[in-house]
Amino acid sequence: MDIPKIPIATWIEALESWMDTNAGPLFDGIKLVIGSTVNGLADGFNFVPPLLLILIFTAISYLIGKYKIAIFTLLGLLLVLNLGYWEHTMETLALVLTASFIAIVLGVPTGILCARNNGVQKIVTPILDFMQTMPAFVYLLPTLAFFSLGVVPGVIASVIFAIPPTIRLTNLGIRQVPKDLVEAADAFGSTPMQKLIKLQLPIAVPTIMAGVNQTIMLSLSMVVIASMIGAQGVGADVYRAVTQTKTGIGFEAGLAVVVLAIILDRLTQSLVKTKKKG
Amino acid sequence: MAIIEVKALTKVFGNDPKRALSLLDKGWTKERIAKETKLTVGVNRVSFAIEPGEIFVIMGLSGSGKSTLVRLLNRLIEPTSGQVLINGRDIVRLSSEELRQVRRSTISMIFQKFALFPHRSVLENVEYGLEIQGVSKAERREKAKQTLELVGLAGLENSSPDELSGGMQQRVGLARGLANDPDILLMDEAFSALDPLIRKDMQDELLELQATMKKTIIFITHDLDEALRIGDRIALMKDGAVVQIGTPEEILTHPANAYVERFVEDVDLSKVLTASNVMIRAETITLDRGPRVALQLMSDRGISNLYVVDKARKLLGVVTAEDSAAAIKSGQGLADIIVRETPTVAPDVLLGELFDVVSSAKIPVAVLDKDRLVGIIIRGSVLAALSGTSSAKAGEA
Repeated sequence: MDIPKIPIATWIEALESWMDTNAGPLFDGIKLVIGSTVNGLADGFNFVPPLLLILIFTAISYLIGKYKIAIFTLLGLLLVLNLGYWEHTMETLALVLTASFIAIVLGVPTGILCARNNGVQKIVTPILDFMQTMPAFVYLLPTLAFFSLGVVPGVIASVIFAIPPTIRLTNLGIRQVPKDLVEAADAFGSTPMQKLIKLQLPIAVPTIMAGVNQTIMLSLSMVVIASMIGAQGVGADVYRAVTQTKTGIGFEAGLAVVVLAIILDRLTQSLVKTKKKG
Repeated sequence: MAIIEVKALTKVFGNDPKRALSLLDKGWTKERIAKETKLTVGVNRVSFAIEPGEIFVIMGLSGSGKSTLVRLLNRLIEPTSGQVLINGRDIVRLSSEELRQVRRSTISMIFQKFALFPHRSVLENVEYGLEIQGVSKAERREKAKQTLELVGLAGLENSSPDELSGGMQQRVGLARGLANDPDILLMDEAFSALDPLIRKDMQDELLELQATMKKTIIFITHDLDEALRIGDRIALMKDGAVVQIGTPEEILTHPANAYVERFVEDVDLSKVLTASNVMIRAETITLDRGPRVALQLMSDRGISNLYVVDKARKLLGVVTAEDSAAAIKSGQGLADIIVRETPTVAPDVLLGELFDVVSSAKIPVAVLDKDRLVGIIIRGSVLAALSGTSSAKAGEA
């Protein structure tokens, strides 16, 4: 007997076109906000003279982390400037920061909901598994349809791809707060909100920050993929080098991504450490 | 009126726990219910009443349900059935907002592993209960400082809890519990995580604080010595049910059943019994008698010392048979031969602390209640008491 193929592709496309026609204004709004955020940030970064901005970033690194990170920031960014990828790297930074920011703003509350409600966790966990294992390219297609070419579908795809660690680790961090501390907070008559703000979140901060760190790294890993649908930045340089098989240029542009990744990683990590001490 | 009255309080864990209630009423045991229904009976129809200012100890081995029981009292665990009346109001029926008010104002809890908030300083831990009630910063700081002073931690306000020793951490826990001035303190194995010497200090300190605070304290412990030491009354639990409620003395001398008997038989009596439990009647004489009378009394009783008291039984000293015989020959009175330096102890001194005094004394040790002679202790009665003979029998010996 011939079992007919389940028409998942048709359904997805029907859903896509339904959303496109019905949620058009919403998508336009999102596009406007995200687009102007990324472009504004990128323009802002590139408005400041590169050397001054490098000094500012170095100072920030020194304040948050240690002198080692500051030295790496200084040398790494000078290298990027020297190689001639400064402007594109700043565009990429703007994209990554915007995507990470959105992922954190959406991810932390979702994680909190999961931690407080087993039902929500049961629904969200498989969705997160799906989001993380579905090849990231697949997200490009519908976002492309909704937001057309440019940086915005890149940001959206990055958010989808990068949000799961923040949700998972926020959930985990809150659930890991020792039971007797939660009991103590309850025994003194805390409201659920007081318990969250005064006990669970502060104790979960290191775990949540580990998730945020992962989210930033994942959204960085999306920059090349995002460039395939028109996101500018150093990812586009890598992508061009790949299509033209220019190993040297690909390597240079890739190096700029690595520098950015290491700086962001070390900074978010030392953010956790200083929080722990304080 | 009782400040806390618990009526048929029951907690069953598992799916659809109400099923177990009728089975319990039918007389099914905890084991049978667990086997046939997969339900766990945590607390089984417990009833008691606690008076204001009382230290009520709930004692039992691990798994006896005592920690569950104490959490039912402030509903950290929801009871399956029964009532918890606090000042006549049934806690079980309160809305979550009303319950929060009770927890903020009436009942505090102190935890076995201290449960201090690691991200807050000592002071911030202590002021937590006030902070969540919206008390102004200046006021709650002031109150928290006072409370820290009360528990002997002045000057450590800005330390982090993990910098403190276990004993000090639990003082912070105690201060946190006292800061919002509750009527009732629930202490869940509060001293069990401390090493023995510190534990004893904390017990003493609690009793000292209690003498001025007059809180109602419900103290959970698995340690019988601790229960006997601090409890005004003790409830002994087994398999979720209360087996016996009584004063420490009653539990020791009249165990309700074989279980309680077994529980108390290993008790270290030297830490429980006091001088007043083992003393025997003192043979006395007043100073207006002569040495002949003294010697006669001693030979009648077969003893070699007599305690000299005044009309109010105030101890003046002791006379020996030898000196009395000598006095008769030389014509002296009792006043001439009285030995004024006699070994004495107070009636509430523990047996363990009596050893030294009793073994080094040449004559029986006098037990004085504010100068008044109430009895004497001979070596034999101390040993008899320790060898397991009950205090009453030792007293008769």
